[in-house]
Amino acid sequence: MYSHASESLIKQAREIQESELQKFYSRLMKMLQGKELGHDTVDSLQRLHLILSATKYTRTLPLELQKRFVALLSSPAEQHQVLSTAVLRETLPLTGQELNYNQDNLGQLNSHAAGLLLSQAVSKGDLSSLCTQLLRNLESRPSEGPTHSLMHTLPVLNNVLTHSPECLSEDQMTLVSKKLVDWLRYASVMQGVGTSSGGFFTGPRSRQPVPIAELDGSVSGDFFTVLCVGQGFTEDQWMNVYSFSMLRHWLLTYHSSCSTVDADDRSEVDGSVVSMVSATSSSSRLLPPKERLREKAFQYCQRLIEQSDRKAHKKTDTELQKACLVEAVCILDCVCAEDASLVYRTFPCIKALFGRLSSELSNARVLLPIAQFYLNHGEMAAVDCENVWKVVFGRFPTELFNDPFLAHELLRFLRLNVESIELRVPQYTLYFPNLLKFLAWDSPAMVDDFVDLLPSMVTTGTAVELLHTLLDLPCLSATLVLQHRSTCLPISEPVGRSFVSLDAFRNPSFRGLFLFVLRTEAGSGDTIDRLSTLHELLVEAADWPRVTQCARTVPVLLHIFFNTIVTIADEKLLAHLILVMLERSSLLLNIPAYIKEIHRVFSCHLLRLCKLHPSLVVNQSHELLEFAGSTANVYSKEELYTHVVWVLGEYLSVSCDSRCSVSLITSCFEALEAVLFEITSSAPPTGTVCPAPKVINTLMSALAKLASRSHDLIPRVSLFLSKLRTVTRSGSVAWCSDEEDLVAIVTRGEELWSLLKAPGVAQSVLTPPPHVIAPQWHRDTNVALPLQLRALTSLTHSQ
Amino acid sequence: MVRCFLIHTVCPVSALSAGESRVLYSRVFGPDDGVLSERHRDFSPEERRLLQKERVTAVARQVRSAISLSREASGRLIVETLPGEENLALQDADCGVVRLRAGDPFSEETSALWLGVQSLGFTLVCEPHENLLLAEGTLRNLTRHCLEHLHMLGQGSEVLLKSNRIDVLLSRLLPHGQLLFLNHRFAQSLEKEVAAYMAK
Repeated sequence: MYSHASESLIKQAREIQESELQKFYSRLMKMLQGKELGHDTVDSLQRLHLILSATKYTRTLPLELQKRFVALLSSPAEQHQVLSTAVLRETLPLTGQELNYNQDNLGQLNSHAAGLLLSQAVSKGDLSSLCTQLLRNLESRPSEGPTHSLMHTLPVLNNVLTHSPECLSEDQMTLVSKKLVDWLRYASVMQGVGTSSGGFFTGPRSRQPVPIAELDGSVSGDFFTVLCVGQGFTEDQWMNVYSFSMLRHWLLTYHSSCSTVDADDRSEVDGSVVSMVSATSSSSRLLPPKERLREKAFQYCQRLIEQSDRKAHKKTDTELQKACLVEAVCILDCVCAEDASLVYRTFPCIKALFGRLSSELSNARVLLPIAQFYLNHGEMAAVDCENVWKVVFGRFPTELFNDPFLAHELLRFLRLNVESIELRVPQYTLYFPNLLKFLAWDSPAMVDDFVDLLPSMVTTGTAVELLHTLLDLPCLSATLVLQHRSTCLPISEPVGRSFVSLDAFRNPSFRGLFLFVLRTEAGSGDTIDRLSTLHELLVEAADWPRVTQCARTVPVLLHIFFNTIVTIADEKLLAHLILVMLERSSLLLNIPAYIKEIHRVFSCHLLRLCKLHPSLVVNQSHELLEFAGSTANVYSKEELYTHVVWVLGEYLSVSCDSRCSVSLITSCFEALEAVLFEITSSAPPTGTVCPAPKVINTLMSALAKLASRSHDLIPRVSLFLSKLRTVTRSGSVAWCSDEEDLVAIVTRGEELWSLLKAPGVAQSVLTPPPHVIAPQWHRDTNVALPLQLRALTSLTHSQ
Repeated sequence: MVRCFLIHTVCPVSALSAGESRVLYSRVFGPDDGVLSERHRDFSPEERRLLQKERVTAVARQVRSAISLSREASGRLIVETLPGEENLALQDADCGVVRLRAGDPFSEETSALWLGVQSLGFTLVCEPHENLLLAEGTLRNLTRHCLEHLHMLGQGSEVLLKSNRIDVLLSRLLPHGQLLFLNHRFAQSLEKEVAAYMAK
């Protein structure tokens, strides 16, 4: 599809020499003198466009040439308009002779020229002038003229609104509202002239006017909408389409609750008029334009909902019906937000729609706006929304986790409404196992949304289960792949690859494991006993792209989880989480970089938790000691091990928790001492590398800290440290491969040994009290001495 | 409203580094993003144009990344189809949507819908409250027309040399970035106009 030829064309266009370019310009100037543009001219214009657009740096055209293009903008031939617009879009607007936004002939702008003006607007004034011209033209246009001459008015207007809603004055808004009402509700119900008959004017022998039809072929019995068809269309029917296409945006821009603030003085009168009219729509002519538009929008949407129930003949029309349903429900949501009395009129219709659609999964994307409607207005109408949430949270993620558009829209719905959902749908926090399926299937696309959503899923009640689930996201990913393959592939094995995991998935004895992973709600258990079995079964999934992509997102989510949980958890829960971390450090799906990353995250947060709540260490000393006392952990989980040892050394003291006894300190000491002896007396087991100096140093420091708190242990440390010095003096050792590392270790050992010779000082140096490590220079008069000294020095120096 | 429509490469391009994408066609609808806000008041027109080009390239890059990750995950092989098999190419195309956060690259959050047809990506950047069902349908329709009218399944470079055809296509099916609710009759009428233009 993309060839070398295209690539070299772009290169040529970028690298064209200035002299060649000037020659090209003069050639073009000559070509453009004639009225008609031949094929050669068109090709040359395209090449000019390519030259201008291929580079991000702007080229300027000679003034004469540029003026010629501006003149071409208003040529009757569309090709001239398109080509000149394309060229002018890539250059700078003429200086001095800018396209004046206030000129009268702007009113006769064709669509392409209008687009150019729009793209070159630099101020709100420009946009206002453009709007004024367009609307003036709309009001006073002659009855004859090409059919599509004004079609672009509404799209241009809508585009302006997106950037600058204040561009329209009150009067202009009223004018547009009135026009919209006309087009939406009172468009012709007769078919227009068929396009095949050619020409806008019908001859005397034209057919009898035929009424418009519905999408299923039956004759239409009500007003014209986008879901009506005919052989041809009249202009107001076209405007009906354009009006509906911009209706939601118009309502959102001008009808949101904050924009009705300026109508305060009329609100009392309006209120009574509206409530009277809500009951009967026939007297809507009494309403002011804004309210009238709201009423007509309401009717239009109701009609669309009814029309969408018909069986369309064409597939594209069926798709359009769905899109119309989405739009209709959104517009109804909008008008109900504006006028609460409409909620009672609307809800029966929405409820019926939900009932009609909820059984078919193909309607999932239509059900989301319905859910939004229930969320916004359900409480007011006292409607039971249980079923809606069961479908949205319970069914969609289970069955449609692989639909990228549904995932995007559902997560967006959650993001935008998270506060409301937390309030009104308390069971939301139980559905995280199901919602995470979106992430497990398509991590790169979904991780961004989950970074925003995860904090709302963290509660003290489900925190432990959530942690386990996050750690097993790669397993979920693998299981979803298996589930997907299982439904796609026949039972017989495909040629070639052996699908051990697929067999396991289909094996009844392992059903329970996979069912747990695929559960929809939390609460049935934090994790399963046979987790290691599950990991073994999924071992071949470690190199599946989907699984590795998923694994890469887990560390980020864990960080968010921990950052959130520290703000709401009590010490008991944090203790439980530490235990989970220790336990799971050896119970993870075996993906190479994954395990290491998770250990890094655990280390970081273990440190943080213990810093925040030092008494956690004494509380969980039993499990921490068990972990630290196992030599195997030095080799297999070095980073985490180092941090566990560090927190033990730092926080296992009476000053952190009064329950810390001498015997506890001694047993910790002995456990660490044993490990240190072991790793410094022999080579590492086969298959592992030498422990990093950091581990050994941390162990030595921890022992020294513990000894400084219980002075009976000091001789034991000193003994070890002197032995260390002796051993290393004799040359290289089996447990340390690098000479520099060995020097670092020995140096540290010597420092500690010297420190411990003065036991009183040792404790303050090794574990300084808090007021030393968190200095308050300017607040604490005792330590403001340096400041005083500095002040004195500067005073004396200046003299 | 649709912010912009792009056609860009999703295959490796020799002149570019690994993650980069060559933009073959881009059309931004409406005034420059941020031109009406205070911070962009000081930029000259050249700088604004440069910024816009950079924004478009940033979108193309993100979509390229999304497409290659998606293809890697699904493990599907990309099959080259021949000219004449546009419908097949479209059926086989993978699709998805990327969330572009506020500021990256447009000042507000946007959603970039994409269709990956072999080595090219067709992207529609929509505003947050847009009807994505309608946008998806419009994107497919636009892509089909581009593939057919510009013979994109072949080795030609018409997408570069006949971009005025895409301009006309957009002016009918996506005027000024407005998504339209077109039933098959309305769509037929517009497509006839487009075909008439292409025939010249």
